[in-house]
Amino acid sequence: MTNAIDMQAVTRRFGESTALDAVDVTVPEGSICGLLGRNGAGKTTMMSIIAGQDRPSSGRVEVLGQEPFENESVLAMLSFVRDNQRYPDDYRLHHVLRIAPDFAPHWSEEVAAELVDGFRIPARTPIKKFSRGQLSSVAIVLGLASRAPVTLLDEPYLGLDVTARALFHDMLLRDYAAHPRTIVLSTHLVQESEALFDRVVILDGGTVRVSSEAEDVRDLAFTLSGATDVVQGLTARSTVLSTHTVAGLMSATVWGALDDESRTTARDLGARVAPASLHELVAAIGEHRPEPADLALHEKKGVRA
Amino acid sequence: MFTEDAPIFQQLAARIADDILAGVHPEESPVPSATDLAVFHQINPATASKGVNVLVDLGALYKKRGIGVFVATGARELLRTNRRAEFRREYVAPLVREARALDIDRATLRQMIDDEESSQQ
Repeated sequence: MTNAIDMQAVTRRFGESTALDAVDVTVPEGSICGLLGRNGAGKTTMMSIIAGQDRPSSGRVEVLGQEPFENESVLAMLSFVRDNQRYPDDYRLHHVLRIAPDFAPHWSEEVAAELVDGFRIPARTPIKKFSRGQLSSVAIVLGLASRAPVTLLDEPYLGLDVTARALFHDMLLRDYAAHPRTIVLSTHLVQESEALFDRVVILDGGTVRVSSEAEDVRDLAFTLSGATDVVQGLTARSTVLSTHTVAGLMSATVWGALDDESRTTARDLGARVAPASLHELVAAIGEHRPEPADLALHEKKGVRA
Repeated sequence: MFTEDAPIFQQLAARIADDILAGVHPEESPVPSATDLAVFHQINPATASKGVNVLVDLGALYKKRGIGVFVATGARELLRTNRRAEFRREYVAPLVREARALDIDRATLRQMIDDEESSQQ
């Protein structure tokens, strides 16, 4: 399978701060990839670089086999609507819908019309007066109706009501099935969106902590809960990402797999072991301050891929 | 909808199998396409295909090229046989474990099963 997106050792510095640090990420063509991590993890910076709106300080980026920065042939294949996209002051919905096809050669009027109707986007209100949810709706219309081979959706759910989120998922999957493309979607609503993904990238503090097939994420970490001394004893030599304690009870989210011996011990001592769910993993990674030794360990296990 | 206990494709396969056993999809009738299943359950289409393929590999479903996926003749019996093999692990083992945790002795447990059986008749 060829890669729609290929980032090798991509670093982006803004003055003193490093927004992305030696990021290696590949997204195969036709994939729906979840881009996850805390605020400030580097998700939007990464999308801007993929979209050719920003340039890495060092490293190499290829989108559909070419460098995206100031590259017209790539930009025609790409759709990226920022979560804080601005529109000209006097713009209403019809202005946006009129010019959007100029930038999207695969534009679908039908998709746009169905979404505008389903989201109930007001036609006469100036866009600058739109609510957060209405702005998200416009961004989703632009993202999906463009049918771009590489579609980047940055926090598409902000302010969307539950009906609108279901409509978004429905249209995304239907149109993706009919017109396969590569989709990267960043979100904090991990539980609600995780079933959409076949790939997952988790960023933290500008570094890639997980880049994996969605299905394999279950094997990356586990949670162990039970009496505090039991949990501490069993995880003494492991990389513990996060712990929660109340009165003698502890729950720990731990990298890697639990060996059979520890699993048996855990059961005999009344502790519970379960694969960490994606949202537990994202939350735990966001809490964890990695030691350099931890990162090396994950690299060996292929977690950082 | 789906739980976190098992990968989604396995849960989807189990759900289609349930529907076949319950007669929702009779033998030699079509099942929904992977795309329809993906949209219906709001899951990744590749995950949905994988779920369908679990049952294709098992021989409970078969693909007609360009037409769709159908329930194989004998699928119900096949799935029943498979489920029987899982029955001890999935149902009997936890039952015995829980009974032990609650100090329910063997005779009482048997009596409970007998009573439950008669009450469901």
